Amino acid sequence: MHELSICQSIIEQVTEISRQNNAQSVTKIILQIGPLSGVEAPLLERAFPIASTGSIAQNAILETQILPIKIHCNLCGNENKADISKLICSACGAWQTSLISGDEMLLKSVELEKFEEASHV
Amino acid sequence: MCDTCGCNITKGNRDLIRSGGKHAITSEGNEAVEVLQNLLHENNHRAAHNREHFDKHQVLAINLMSSPGSGKTALLEATIDALNADHNNTNDKLSIAVIEGDLETENDARRIRDKNIPAIQITTGSACHLDAYMVHDALHELNLNDLDIVFIENVGNLVCPASFDLGHHLNVTLLSVTEGDDKPAKYPVMFRGSDLTLITKVDLLPYLDDFDASKAEENIRNLANPAPIVQISARKNTESEGIKEWLDWLKHQIKHYKTHLEQGETVLPMIQKDRLHSSSHPHEH
Repeated sequence: MHELSICQSIIEQVTEISRQNNAQSVTKIILQIGPLSGVEAPLLERAFPIASTGSIAQNAILETQILPIKIHCNLCGNENKADISKLICSACGAWQTSLISGDEMLLKSVELEKFEEASHV
Repeated sequence: MCDTCGCNITKGNRDLIRSGGKHAITSEGNEAVEVLQNLLHENNHRAAHNREHFDKHQVLAINLMSSPGSGKTALLEATIDALNADHNNTNDKLSIAVIEGDLETENDARRIRDKNIPAIQITTGSACHLDAYMVHDALHELNLNDLDIVFIENVGNLVCPASFDLGHHLNVTLLSVTEGDDKPAKYPVMFRGSDLTLITKVDLLPYLDDFDASKAEENIRNLANPAPIVQISARKNTESEGIKEWLDWLKHQIKHYKTHLEQGETVLPMIQKDRLHSSSHPHEH
């Protein structure tokens, strides 16, 4: 269960981005997760409120986009979706494949509420 | 992952950035900022520094991963004995050190030190994996001069250690025969990423009727992992071809690593190289 430490890493990154953009709060955080990343989206979502409490992102919505596992066959060139424990070519059956997507663990984007132009802090 | 050089802009996300600019406005009037940064950005940054540190001293760092009790420390003890015996035949003795990761106790480090090999124990408390920060702290206590290999014995766990780059160069995963030949199918993230799989405790095979090494291999190949698989026993007085194969593999990897260093390059675990293809950036910094 390392999702809490990943959430803490997300909060650190988001806090830095907010600071760079002079934002007063984070409203949304969008992640992209592939099944082969070793990160479980439901566990992240459960750990997020704990990690975000007291931070600039404590009211933020966490959205996780799950990306499919896609592979390219190094022998026949076919591309297909694959199962997490069977990364084999659906056309020729070879296991000599390369991953195109499915191992992502990315902070895709954040939405920020900015300070009003006229306001003074 | 640079904010400055634009290396995180790829074919896949370039349009997003062009159309609305990097900073688009949402329907609620908030500002949306594209980031495309690894969730473990900070850890990976630290890992890259650890790797630079290893490279400066030309020390190959190997991350040993497996479930608890599959024989990581026993493998290291057998490796030390085999290197000592090997030294009697050749003059180029490999010099090693060990970083041990466990939740509690110094037991494993003590076992290694009993064989006159330097060992640093990291106790993680309740953390189920090592991260780059812990390894960085351990490196402060370890003199890398005159070493050839540092083995990092990760916390026994087939799940979490697979996600954390430590700054090592190679992943070696152990699968003991009592665990079952379907472990690679059950823990694909771990076994997909190993640069070498060692099937350990093969001296027990005569007593087991449910471990088929060829099935274990099939399960590993199903993960598109082309790396070698070596059967090994760390028990004394057992004739193990595996130990010799293992030492040969280590020597080959050191040679391969040094060739890369001469060309000004480092070596990355297979899984990290794979991530570079599918994720959005060509390097971590």
